[in-house]
Amino acid sequence: MSPAFVIIAFVTLFAAAAAMSLRNLVHCALSLVVALAGLAALYLQLGAQFVGFAQILVYVGAVAILIVFAVLLTRSDATPNQAILAPGWIVGILVSAVVFATLGWAALNSTGLPKEMSPAPEATVRNIGDQLMTQYVLPLEVIGLLLTAALIGAVIIAMKEEPQKTRIEDGRLKMEKPSGPSSILHPPSSSGGHA
Amino acid sequence: MTPLQGCLLVSALLFAIGLAGAVTRRNAILALVGIELMLNAANLNFIAFWRYGPHPEALSGMMVVIFSIAIAAAEAAVGLALIIAIYRHYRTVNLDEIKDLKG
Amino acid sequence: MFETLDQIFVTLKHQAVGFCPDAWQPFVSALVSIAFIPLVFATLFAFVTVIERKGLGRIQNRYGPNRVGIPLTKIRLCGFGQFIPDGIKSLTKEDIVPRAADQVVHFLAPVVLLIPVLLAYAVLPVGRNMTAADFDAGVLFFFAVGGAVELSVFMAGWSSHNKYSLLGAMRAIAQMISYEIPLILSAVTVIMIVGSLKTVDIVAAQNHYLFGLAHWFVFTPWGLAGFILFFIASLAESNRTPFDLPEAESEIIAGYFTEYSGFKFALFFLGEYLGMFAVSGLGITLFLGGWTAPLSFLTWVPSYVWFFAKLMALVFIFIWIRGTLPRLRMDQLMNFAWKFMLPLSLVNIVAAGLWHFMGAGPLRWAVCSALISGSYAILGWGLMRNQKLGKRTYRFAD
Repeated sequence: MSPAFVIIAFVTLFAAAAAMSLRNLVHCALSLVVALAGLAALYLQLGAQFVGFAQILVYVGAVAILIVFAVLLTRSDATPNQAILAPGWIVGILVSAVVFATLGWAALNSTGLPKEMSPAPEATVRNIGDQLMTQYVLPLEVIGLLLTAALIGAVIIAMKEEPQKTRIEDGRLKMEKPSGPSSILHPPSSSGGHA
Repeated sequence: MTPLQGCLLVSALLFAIGLAGAVTRRNAILALVGIELMLNAANLNFIAFWRYGPHPEALSGMMVVIFSIAIAAAEAAVGLALIIAIYRHYRTVNLDEIKDLKG
Repeated sequence: MFETLDQIFVTLKHQAVGFCPDAWQPFVSALVSIAFIPLVFATLFAFVTVIERKGLGRIQNRYGPNRVGIPLTKIRLCGFGQFIPDGIKSLTKEDIVPRAADQVVHFLAPVVLLIPVLLAYAVLPVGRNMTAADFDAGVLFFFAVGGAVELSVFMAGWSSHNKYSLLGAMRAIAQMISYEIPLILSAVTVIMIVGSLKTVDIVAAQNHYLFGLAHWFVFTPWGLAGFILFFIASLAESNRTPFDLPEAESEIIAGYFTEYSGFKFALFFLGEYLGMFAVSGLGITLFLGGWTAPLSFLTWVPSYVWFFAKLMALVFIFIWIRGTLPRLRMDQLMNFAWKFMLPLSLVNIVAAGLWHFMGAGPLRWAVCSALISGSYAILGWGLMRNQKLGKRTYRFAD
């Protein structure tokens, strides 16, 4: 194993451990960015150029920003004073240690792994494009639909519901129906009472 | 230890760290961060097997990772939107305090 | 003779690398290519700051800096030595960090800004055979490191522990991610036509001449629309007027770098201008033919001269727009990105596809131009019909 691989792996694991154990959420998000960038470096070191750059573009450039925005929008960016670990955290650590032990034992002692190292494959963008357009065209279209659905769904779920407005009409108090996500699915009907 | 086994060990450790974080931390956002780490560990596994496996010219490992990155991004978006909606209702993202459906 | 002049830096580099022992040669070769980037582009930055101040001054009917020569000597440069005292000033100013600020993140934010921006220069073909790193997915690499800049903006804004910094940072990030989409989509048209993500291939595809005029992509309808979209999006990505609401002095003090002083502020300033050069460089590579000459009888001029001439022209247009146009409000900015530029860039992709599959001739010119200008008219009408813009009236206090 090349020294580059060892160093990058070490940085990634350290950053991932920091991401899961720091107190301040924004520090966790930034350590996650380092871990994801370390993973992208690992992909590049393994010769998967397109995937490495796509990882930086999608994860570091978009998912990390999403997480940071969510931290800010839920007012969790201050360092918390109370405990940060859920009760029964020791069981969680034990379970993950067992999972790691199992996977590690399987990786080290498995006989099905290829023994000889094949030379670095050629994964040009042209080959990826060809495969995406011939063999994987159905998953590509499905991913397009999935991303559209996720986009619309996320916008609808996170959209702000406007508060109920009260106004005086005909001498009586009239409550308006709140607009927001519910109003998209159930447009206000002209006859009151049906919703 | 072959390079493939090294990659698999790193991926297993990353998965375990993600699992530990997702299960033990109180904040809902960190649970999502743990899930993202687990997905990334699986992606690393795929790339390692693509690189050192029998048929790297078939590019199937790389294809799965490309789709997995896209799916993880979509899932992170929807998950974080859910957390924001939950915060709006419960005024907290502490998972211990969101227990209306418990018991 | 002109070929040697064209390749002079490449031959110099080979000779310099040849002096080193064999085992060190790849390392030294990479080091020389990399060292070239900060040297050239940082001096260009120094030059452009002076040009900007002089240019803005002239647009605003005043002189810019016009006295400073080289200090401590009698050399007169009519203001072009202004960057020397500016640099010394920013280096010697006191570095104030607020006590409530998050020290580590506050320190790392300018670093995280500079590193991706300098990385982005690696894939730009500055001249013939003069790309620092010819990746197979070069354009994707450029956009990937461009996305990392937003993280530094957030780090700067959040770590300052200042309401205005955080607000400016959020606005800046929202603006950057909104305009990243038309930027990437307008680049996708070029990638589609060329069939490769390598910047060297993209320039090579524009390197032939038709009746003496170069085959740059900007001379096609989809290329012109794509270049204009790319240029507007790059104005927004570099936080330049008319998109500089997140960092305008009259709006939000200085936005996300309010709490930075001294050298860190200089690093932010440097990072912003370097980002401007990088994205202009990519625009030149994609649409304006990279290092190729515009007319076939001008190919004797060395390739890097053409690249930097085009870069200077684009930077001049950046400065010109800054001095001319007013600032956009945040909601106007976001409306413009999502409701105008995004549909127009999608239509541009369709137009580029039609261009590729129709045969050469006037029909494809007519169809593509009609498609693009038609959708521009429809989208413009859709955005403008709720605006009530009339003659400007004044109300005086009587």
